[in-house]
Amino acid sequence: MEDLLHEYLPILIFIGLSMVIGLALLIAPFVVAPSKPDPEKLSAYECGFNAFDDARMKFDVKYYLVAILFIIFDLEVAFLFPWAISLGHVGMFGFWSMIVFLAVLTIGFTYEWKKGALEWE
Amino acid sequence: MIVTTVAFYLFAAITVASGFMVISAKNPVHSVLFLILAFFNAAALFLLLGAEFVALILVIVYVGAVAVLFLFVVMMLDIDFSELREGFLQYLPVGALVGLILLVELALVFGGWVIAPGAAHAGAEPVAAFGALSNTRMIGFVLYTKYVYLFQAAGMILLVAMIGAIVLTLRHRQDIKRQVIANQVGRRREDAVEMKNVEPGQGI
Repeated sequence: MEDLLHEYLPILIFIGLSMVIGLALLIAPFVVAPSKPDPEKLSAYECGFNAFDDARMKFDVKYYLVAILFIIFDLEVAFLFPWAISLGHVGMFGFWSMIVFLAVLTIGFTYEWKKGALEWE
Repeated sequence: MIVTTVAFYLFAAITVASGFMVISAKNPVHSVLFLILAFFNAAALFLLLGAEFVALILVIVYVGAVAVLFLFVVMMLDIDFSELREGFLQYLPVGALVGLILLVELALVFGGWVIAPGAAHAGAEPVAAFGALSNTRMIGFVLYTKYVYLFQAAGMILLVAMIGAIVLTLRHRQDIKRQVIANQVGRRREDAVEMKNVEPGQGI
Protein backbone atom coordinates (compact mmCIF):
# COMPACT_ATOMS: atom_id res chain seq x y z
CA MET A 1 0.00 0.00 0.00
CA GLU A 2 2.76 2.41 0.98
CA ASP A 3 4.91 1.16 -1.91
CA LEU A 4 2.08 1.80 -4.30
CA LEU A 5 1.76 5.39 -3.16
CA HIS A 6 5.52 5.87 -3.38
CA GLU A 7 5.30 4.97 -7.05
CA TYR A 8 2.83 7.78 -7.55
CA LEU A 9 4.87 10.38 -5.71
CA PRO A 10 6.57 11.65 -8.92
CA ILE A 11 3.11 12.31 -10.38
CA LEU A 12 2.17 14.34 -7.31
CA ILE A 13 5.40 16.31 -7.68
CA PHE A 14 4.66 16.88 -11.36
CA ILE A 15 1.15 18.12 -10.54
CA GLY A 16 2.62 20.54 -8.02
CA LEU A 17 5.27 21.67 -10.48
CA SER A 18 2.80 22.20 -13.31
CA MET A 19 0.54 24.18 -10.99
CA VAL A 20 3.46 26.40 -9.99
CA ILE A 21 4.48 26.98 -13.61
CA GLY A 22 0.90 27.58 -14.72
CA LEU A 23 0.16 30.01 -11.91
CA ALA A 24 3.47 31.81 -12.47
CA LEU A 25 2.66 32.30 -16.15
CA LEU A 26 -0.80 33.57 -15.25
CA ILE A 27 0.23 35.89 -12.47
CA ALA A 28 3.44 37.30 -13.95
CA PRO A 29 1.63 39.25 -16.74
CA PHE A 30 -0.56 40.96 -14.14
CA VAL A 31 2.59 42.25 -12.49
CA VAL A 32 4.90 43.10 -15.37
CA ALA A 33 2.84 43.48 -18.58
CA PRO A 34 1.69 47.00 -19.54
CA SER A 35 -2.08 47.26 -19.52
CA LYS A 36 -3.90 50.23 -21.05
CA PRO A 37 -7.36 48.90 -21.91
CA ASP A 38 -9.93 50.85 -23.89
CA PRO A 39 -13.38 49.71 -25.11
CA GLU A 40 -12.17 48.91 -28.63
CA LYS A 41 -9.32 46.75 -27.39
CA LEU A 42 -11.66 44.85 -25.10
CA SER A 43 -14.45 44.27 -27.63
CA ALA A 44 -14.73 40.96 -29.45
CA TYR A 45 -12.77 40.86 -32.70
CA GLU A 46 -14.10 38.78 -35.58
CA CYS A 47 -12.09 39.53 -38.76
CA GLY A 48 -12.98 43.19 -38.49
CA PHE A 49 -16.74 42.66 -38.23
CA ASN A 50 -18.81 43.12 -35.19
CA ALA A 51 -19.49 39.70 -33.70
CA PHE A 52 -22.44 38.11 -35.51
CA ASP A 53 -23.57 35.72 -32.86
CA ASP A 54 -22.91 34.14 -29.53
CA ALA A 55 -19.96 31.74 -29.59
CA ARG A 56 -22.17 29.08 -28.01
CA MET A 57 -24.25 27.99 -30.94
CA LYS A 58 -26.25 24.82 -31.26
CA PHE A 59 -24.32 21.71 -32.19
CA ASP A 60 -25.57 19.07 -34.56
CA VAL A 61 -26.79 15.97 -32.77
CA LYS A 62 -24.45 13.72 -34.76
CA TYR A 63 -21.48 14.89 -32.67
CA TYR A 64 -23.34 13.56 -29.66
CA LEU A 65 -23.88 10.23 -31.39
CA VAL A 66 -20.18 9.88 -32.14
CA ALA A 67 -19.32 10.76 -28.53
CA ILE A 68 -21.71 8.20 -27.05
CA LEU A 69 -20.53 5.45 -29.39
CA PHE A 70 -16.97 6.32 -28.39
CA ILE A 71 -17.84 5.98 -24.68
CA ILE A 72 -19.33 2.54 -25.20
CA PHE A 73 -16.24 1.17 -26.93
CA ASP A 74 -14.08 2.98 -24.39
CA LEU A 75 -15.80 1.01 -21.62
CA GLU A 76 -15.48 -2.20 -23.59
CA VAL A 77 -11.72 -1.70 -23.83
CA ALA A 78 -11.57 -0.80 -20.12
CA PHE A 79 -13.07 -4.20 -19.33
CA LEU A 80 -10.37 -5.88 -21.41
CA PHE A 81 -7.46 -4.71 -19.24
CA PRO A 82 -8.08 -6.76 -16.05
CA TRP A 83 -9.04 -9.72 -18.24
CA ALA A 84 -5.80 -9.57 -20.19
CA ILE A 85 -3.54 -9.64 -17.14
CA SER A 86 -5.49 -12.29 -15.20
CA LEU A 87 -6.13 -14.63 -18.12
CA GLY A 88 -3.80 -17.32 -16.83
CA HIS A 89 -5.75 -17.51 -13.57
CA VAL A 90 -9.39 -17.30 -14.67
CA GLY A 91 -9.12 -20.21 -17.11
CA MET A 92 -11.42 -21.17 -19.95
CA PHE A 93 -14.56 -19.90 -18.23
CA GLY A 94 -13.13 -16.42 -17.82
CA PHE A 95 -11.91 -16.48 -21.41
CA TRP A 96 -15.30 -17.42 -22.83
CA SER A 97 -17.20 -15.02 -20.61
CA MET A 98 -15.19 -12.22 -22.19
CA ILE A 99 -15.74 -13.64 -25.67
CA VAL A 100 -19.51 -13.64 -25.05
CA PHE A 101 -19.27 -10.05 -23.81
CA LEU A 102 -17.38 -9.05 -26.95
CA ALA A 103 -19.87 -10.93 -29.14
CA VAL A 104 -22.79 -9.04 -27.58
CA LEU A 105 -21.08 -5.74 -28.31
CA THR A 106 -20.16 -6.89 -31.80
CA ILE A 107 -23.89 -7.31 -32.47
CA GLY A 108 -24.28 -3.64 -31.63
CA PHE A 109 -21.26 -2.75 -33.71
CA THR A 110 -22.68 -4.58 -36.74
CA TYR A 111 -25.99 -2.84 -36.20
CA GLU A 112 -24.44 0.62 -36.14
CA TRP A 113 -22.28 -0.15 -39.16
CA LYS A 114 -25.26 -1.39 -41.19
CA LYS A 115 -27.34 1.58 -40.05
CA GLY A 116 -24.64 3.92 -41.30
CA ALA A 117 -24.06 5.55 -37.92
CA LEU A 118 -20.32 5.51 -38.54
CA GLU A 119 -20.62 7.48 -41.76
CA TRP A 120 -20.03 11.18 -41.62
CA GLU A 121 -22.16 13.04 -44.10
CA MET B 1 2.75 9.13 5.72
CA ILE B 2 2.37 12.83 6.37
CA VAL B 3 2.50 13.45 2.60
CA THR B 4 -0.42 11.04 2.14
CA THR B 5 -2.47 12.83 4.74
CA VAL B 6 -1.72 16.26 3.32
CA ALA B 7 -2.50 15.01 -0.20
CA PHE B 8 -5.80 13.52 0.99
CA TYR B 9 -6.97 16.76 2.59
CA LEU B 10 -5.84 18.76 -0.44
CA PHE B 11 -7.65 16.56 -2.96
CA ALA B 12 -10.74 16.22 -0.79
CA ALA B 13 -10.95 19.98 -0.30
CA ILE B 14 -10.59 20.64 -4.03
CA THR B 15 -13.23 17.99 -4.78
CA VAL B 16 -15.76 19.58 -2.44
CA ALA B 17 -14.94 23.10 -3.60
CA SER B 18 -15.23 22.24 -7.29
CA GLY B 19 -18.42 20.31 -6.55
CA PHE B 20 -19.84 23.47 -5.04
CA MET B 21 -18.69 25.48 -8.06
CA VAL B 22 -20.45 23.02 -10.38
CA ILE B 23 -23.82 23.95 -8.93
CA SER B 24 -23.12 27.64 -8.36
CA ALA B 25 -21.21 28.72 -11.49
CA LYS B 26 -23.23 31.04 -13.72
CA ASN B 27 -21.88 29.70 -16.99
CA PRO B 28 -22.80 26.03 -17.65
CA VAL B 29 -19.55 25.45 -19.55
CA HIS B 30 -17.64 26.53 -16.46
CA SER B 31 -19.79 24.10 -14.45
CA VAL B 32 -18.70 21.25 -16.71
CA LEU B 33 -15.05 22.26 -16.41
CA PHE B 34 -15.37 22.26 -12.62
CA LEU B 35 -16.99 18.83 -12.91
CA ILE B 36 -13.89 17.61 -14.73
CA LEU B 37 -11.73 19.01 -11.93
CA ALA B 38 -13.90 17.18 -9.39
CA PHE B 39 -13.48 13.92 -11.35
CA PHE B 40 -9.71 14.32 -11.41
CA ASN B 41 -9.57 14.88 -7.67
CA ALA B 42 -11.89 11.94 -7.01
CA ALA B 43 -9.48 9.82 -9.07
CA ALA B 44 -6.63 11.03 -6.86
CA LEU B 45 -8.66 10.06 -3.78
CA PHE B 46 -9.20 6.56 -5.20
CA LEU B 47 -5.47 6.34 -5.77
CA LEU B 48 -4.84 7.22 -2.13
CA LEU B 49 -7.15 4.35 -1.18
CA GLY B 50 -4.97 2.02 -3.25
CA ALA B 51 -7.57 1.45 -5.97
CA GLU B 52 -5.42 2.38 -8.92
CA PHE B 53 -7.49 0.62 -11.59
CA VAL B 54 -10.67 2.40 -10.54
CA ALA B 55 -8.78 5.69 -10.34
CA LEU B 56 -7.43 5.47 -13.86
CA ILE B 57 -10.74 4.23 -15.26
CA LEU B 58 -12.32 7.27 -13.62
CA VAL B 59 -9.88 9.49 -15.50
CA ILE B 60 -10.28 7.69 -18.82
CA VAL B 61 -14.03 7.16 -18.82
CA TYR B 62 -15.38 10.05 -16.79
CA VAL B 63 -12.94 12.79 -17.65
CA GLY B 64 -12.32 11.73 -21.21
CA ALA B 65 -15.73 10.66 -22.31
CA VAL B 66 -18.49 11.68 -19.95
CA ALA B 67 -17.18 15.21 -19.63
CA VAL B 68 -17.09 15.52 -23.43
CA LEU B 69 -20.64 14.26 -23.50
CA PHE B 70 -21.71 16.78 -20.88
CA LEU B 71 -20.11 19.55 -22.88
CA PHE B 72 -22.03 18.45 -25.97
CA VAL B 73 -25.29 18.36 -24.04
CA VAL B 74 -24.64 21.80 -22.60
CA MET B 75 -23.81 23.16 -26.04
CA MET B 76 -26.75 21.47 -27.72
CA LEU B 77 -29.38 22.87 -25.42
CA ASP B 78 -29.96 26.37 -26.65
CA ILE B 79 -31.25 27.65 -23.34
CA ASP B 80 -30.12 30.85 -21.75
CA PHE B 81 -28.68 29.21 -18.68
CA SER B 82 -27.66 32.43 -17.01
CA GLU B 83 -31.33 33.43 -16.81
CA LEU B 84 -32.23 30.00 -15.50
CA ARG B 85 -29.61 30.22 -12.81
CA GLU B 86 -30.69 33.65 -11.68
CA GLY B 87 -31.43 33.27 -7.99
CA PHE B 88 -30.41 29.63 -8.04
CA LEU B 89 -28.58 29.93 -4.75
CA GLN B 90 -31.67 31.35 -3.05
CA TYR B 91 -32.96 27.76 -2.96
CA LEU B 92 -29.89 26.81 -0.93
CA PRO B 93 -31.73 26.74 2.44
CA VAL B 94 -34.36 24.32 1.11
CA GLY B 95 -31.65 22.15 -0.45
CA ALA B 96 -29.65 22.25 2.77
CA LEU B 97 -32.77 21.20 4.71
CA VAL B 98 -33.35 18.21 2.39
CA GLY B 99 -29.68 17.27 2.69
CA LEU B 100 -29.87 17.54 6.47
CA ILE B 101 -32.94 15.26 6.59
CA LEU B 102 -31.13 12.71 4.42
CA LEU B 103 -28.08 12.94 6.68
CA VAL B 104 -30.23 12.33 9.78
CA GLU B 105 -31.86 9.34 8.09
CA LEU B 106 -28.47 7.93 7.16
CA ALA B 107 -27.26 8.44 10.73
CA LEU B 108 -30.34 6.61 12.04
CA VAL B 109 -29.76 3.73 9.63
CA PHE B 110 -26.10 3.41 10.49
CA GLY B 111 -26.81 3.86 14.20
CA GLY B 112 -29.35 1.03 14.16
CA TRP B 113 -27.21 -1.24 11.99
CA VAL B 114 -25.49 -4.15 13.65
CA ILE B 115 -22.69 -5.85 11.78
CA ALA B 116 -22.34 -9.57 12.38
CA PRO B 117 -19.16 -10.33 14.37
CA GLY B 118 -17.27 -12.22 11.66
CA ALA B 119 -18.52 -10.19 8.69
CA ALA B 120 -15.84 -7.51 8.54
CA HIS B 121 -13.16 -10.15 8.73
CA ALA B 122 -14.76 -12.33 6.05
CA GLY B 123 -15.03 -9.40 3.66
CA ALA B 124 -11.33 -8.69 3.89
CA GLU B 125 -10.35 -12.30 3.23
CA PRO B 126 -10.06 -12.46 -0.59
CA VAL B 127 -7.91 -9.36 -0.74
CA ALA B 128 -5.61 -10.64 1.97
CA ALA B 129 -5.28 -13.99 0.20
CA PHE B 130 -3.80 -12.40 -2.91
CA GLY B 131 -1.41 -10.29 -0.87
CA ALA B 132 1.00 -8.37 -3.03
CA LEU B 133 -0.86 -8.76 -6.34
CA SER B 134 -1.81 -5.63 -8.17
CA ASN B 135 -5.22 -4.11 -7.92
CA THR B 136 -6.14 -4.63 -11.56
CA ARG B 137 -5.23 -8.30 -11.43
CA MET B 138 -7.35 -8.85 -8.33
CA ILE B 139 -10.33 -7.33 -10.14
CA GLY B 140 -9.64 -9.61 -13.08
CA PHE B 141 -9.63 -12.69 -10.83
CA VAL B 142 -13.23 -12.21 -9.75
CA LEU B 143 -14.92 -10.08 -12.42
CA TYR B 144 -15.03 -12.67 -15.20
CA THR B 145 -15.79 -15.75 -13.12
CA LYS B 146 -17.47 -14.98 -9.81
CA TYR B 147 -19.38 -11.91 -11.04
CA VAL B 148 -19.97 -13.21 -14.56
CA TYR B 149 -23.70 -12.37 -14.54
CA LEU B 150 -23.04 -8.76 -13.60
CA PHE B 151 -20.34 -8.62 -16.24
CA GLN B 152 -22.66 -9.92 -18.96
CA ALA B 153 -25.38 -7.56 -17.73
CA ALA B 154 -22.91 -4.70 -18.21
CA GLY B 155 -22.40 -5.90 -21.78
CA MET B 156 -26.17 -5.95 -22.35
CA ILE B 157 -26.53 -2.44 -20.94
CA LEU B 158 -23.81 -1.18 -23.27
CA LEU B 159 -25.60 -2.83 -26.20
CA VAL B 160 -28.89 -1.19 -25.24
CA ALA B 161 -27.15 2.17 -24.88
CA MET B 162 -25.56 1.79 -28.29
CA ILE B 163 -28.78 0.87 -30.07
CA GLY B 164 -30.76 3.46 -28.11
CA ALA B 165 -28.38 6.25 -29.08
CA ILE B 166 -28.58 5.26 -32.74
CA VAL B 167 -32.36 4.96 -32.75
CA LEU B 168 -32.81 8.30 -31.00
CA THR B 169 -30.29 10.48 -32.78
CA LEU B 170 -29.44 9.01 -36.18
CA ARG B 171 -31.11 10.98 -38.95
CA HIS B 172 -30.00 10.41 -42.51
CA ARG B 173 -30.29 13.50 -44.61
CA GLN B 174 -31.82 12.88 -48.00
CA ASP B 175 -30.87 16.15 -49.66
CA ILE B 176 -27.12 15.66 -49.90
CA LYS B 177 -24.81 13.62 -52.12
CA ARG B 178 -23.03 10.80 -50.39
CA GLN B 179 -19.88 8.96 -51.32
CA VAL B 180 -20.61 5.45 -52.66
CA ILE B 181 -17.31 3.66 -52.72
CA ALA B 182 -18.63 0.66 -54.70
CA ASN B 183 -19.70 2.93 -57.55
CA GLN B 184 -16.36 4.69 -57.50
CA VAL B 185 -14.39 1.46 -57.63
CA GLY B 186 -16.72 -0.14 -60.18
CA ARG B 187 -16.34 2.73 -62.65
CA ARG B 188 -14.62 1.61 -65.86
CA ARG B 189 -12.59 3.57 -68.33
CA GLU B 190 -15.13 3.05 -71.11
CA ASP B 191 -17.89 4.72 -69.04
CA ALA B 192 -15.87 7.79 -68.28
CA VAL B 193 -13.56 8.57 -71.20
CA GLU B 194 -14.45 8.89 -74.85
CA MET B 195 -11.72 9.29 -77.49
CA LYS B 196 -12.52 11.58 -80.40
CA ASN B 197 -10.38 12.08 -83.43
CA VAL B 198 -10.70 15.77 -84.15
CA GLU B 199 -9.80 17.14 -87.55
CA PRO B 200 -7.55 20.19 -87.52
CA GLY B 201 -9.46 23.43 -87.67
CA GLN B 202 -12.83 21.88 -86.72
CA GLY B 203 -14.58 21.68 -83.43
CA ILE B 204 -16.22 18.71 -81.92
